Amino acid sequence: MSDPKSHRPSLESYRSEFPILHQTVNGAPLVYFDNAATTQKPRAVIDALVHYYEHDNANVHRGIHLLSNRATDAFEAARAKVAGYLNAAAPSEIVFTRGTTEAINLVANAWGNANLKPGDVILLTEMEHHSNLVPWQQAAQRTGAQLRFIPLTDSGTLDLSQLDRLLTPEVKLLSFTHISNFLGTINPASLLCARARAVGATSVVDAAQSAGHMQVDVQAIGCDFLAFSGHKMCAPTGIGVLYGRASILEQTPPWQGGGEMILSVRYESSTYKQAPSRFEAGTPNIAGAIGLGAAIDYIEAIGRDALQEHDQALALDAYARIGALPGYRVVGPTGDRGGLVSFVHESVHPHDLTSYCDQKGLALRGGHHCNQPLMRKLGFPSTSRASFYLYNTTAEVDRMIEILAEAHRFFS
Amino acid sequence: MNADFEELYQQVILDHSKRPRNFGTLEGPAVHVDGDNPSCGDEIHLHVRFGTEGQVEDLRFTGVGCAISQASASLMTLKLKGKSKQEARELLEAFTDVVTLGEHEAPKMLGDLRLLSGVRKFPQRVKCAMLAWRAFEQAMQEASTGPVSTEKSAPHCS
Repeated sequence: MSDPKSHRPSLESYRSEFPILHQTVNGAPLVYFDNAATTQKPRAVIDALVHYYEHDNANVHRGIHLLSNRATDAFEAARAKVAGYLNAAAPSEIVFTRGTTEAINLVANAWGNANLKPGDVILLTEMEHHSNLVPWQQAAQRTGAQLRFIPLTDSGTLDLSQLDRLLTPEVKLLSFTHISNFLGTINPASLLCARARAVGATSVVDAAQSAGHMQVDVQAIGCDFLAFSGHKMCAPTGIGVLYGRASILEQTPPWQGGGEMILSVRYESSTYKQAPSRFEAGTPNIAGAIGLGAAIDYIEAIGRDALQEHDQALALDAYARIGALPGYRVVGPTGDRGGLVSFVHESVHPHDLTSYCDQKGLALRGGHHCNQPLMRKLGFPSTSRASFYLYNTTAEVDRMIEILAEAHRFFS
Repeated sequence: MNADFEELYQQVILDHSKRPRNFGTLEGPAVHVDGDNPSCGDEIHLHVRFGTEGQVEDLRFTGVGCAISQASASLMTLKLKGKSKQEARELLEAFTDVVTLGEHEAPKMLGDLRLLSGVRKFPQRVKCAMLAWRAFEQAMQEASTGPVSTEKSAPHCS
């Protein structure tokens, strides 16, 4: 399974395992390049969901009957699988959430309310997705803490020369994206977490764009919290993960209250379970967690190094070729990058361009990519974005380049 | 190429998007409305000068956006300029019906604006065609009731 021309592994054989890819859109074969928004699901994940609902469905952690035990075992096995995937010290460091957004909101509320006070600083970067910005704006409003931002260099990487100035003792929390969903920048996560630790700040990594694409080892990174979404890595929507270092998770008060998270309840007060149950009020997304477990098995069978190499090769190829097309300009750093490319045309609006591509069966994202402050700063109302995953091929990139060249002629 | 797409992006639309008419601001008293479409970043800044009877004496716009939103704004200014309050309201309602309902033939009074009726085949683009018109609708409201300057009243269209 290797491409003789480039000596890099070809993942093309996995393509047949994604039922949705084998269809035409507007009369043309589907080219799905919107993987940074959500990836498609392999048969193995779809089968895991069907199997759960056909054989094991019951509520977890409470029934004294066989199905409940099976559901609980499958749910907790998924938690253990996630722990292994992230190299967490224990499954109890894994909290299931609805996704990255809910995971970050959990930290901003539960940890933030207990630990932030007026005069404290929350340090973010200028390239954060709204989901790693708005919760901190709200936390700042609640607690009186202030926001501070690590700026970008002209090439679209973090300006690390500013860290000495920005990482003062007032910084209580550093939260940053591992891979920018707009620029494709891969941030130096372990360096940033080490710098945060040196001033006593807690660190949060938004791994939404990295968890399904590369090795993400929480112990190697040295983060205190890390969040990701299942649906961006072959799993269903509505399931995500918050990793929390045990020593911090144990001291963090609960966020939402309800069933599953309590030890004993009286009319006036309650006592709470240990993490992670303390943070999982109500019936969880059991099928989603099991689907995430199946997705992890699927990705691990391919290997994350092979996956990253594949996505990056497509992104670098697309970056170079779109940049060479008349009228187009690519955005974000050259060289080492995540598996996505954002670009603009000198005169065609991204929505017109994305509509044109849709007519040819090519699914791109057009818009502000939930990065409004950065887009405004860079002077783009919006951009188009192509993002890649394991089932995408060089032939599909060829097709995109043809379509973009046609769009240039159509609109000029 | 899909015929519906070609029908929507006809030369007239592309021409208006590249060379929008009545692009700019009005000197002197005018109602000023800012509209945006948060999902795509399209913006319109519409200036309308109404006469004492509510007639549309002049209107101009600036903004950034896709071909559909820019062409719709440009064609709208050409169509509404000089119209009475009643005529302007009828055009607003006719255009809204054509792009949002699309169950009937676009009425002749819309002129070149009928070219935008094809947008109904692209549901996610309807808000692009409506952006300028929502702003005009708000301008009419402000002309009759005074400025409504809360953020909530801004004509977001997503």
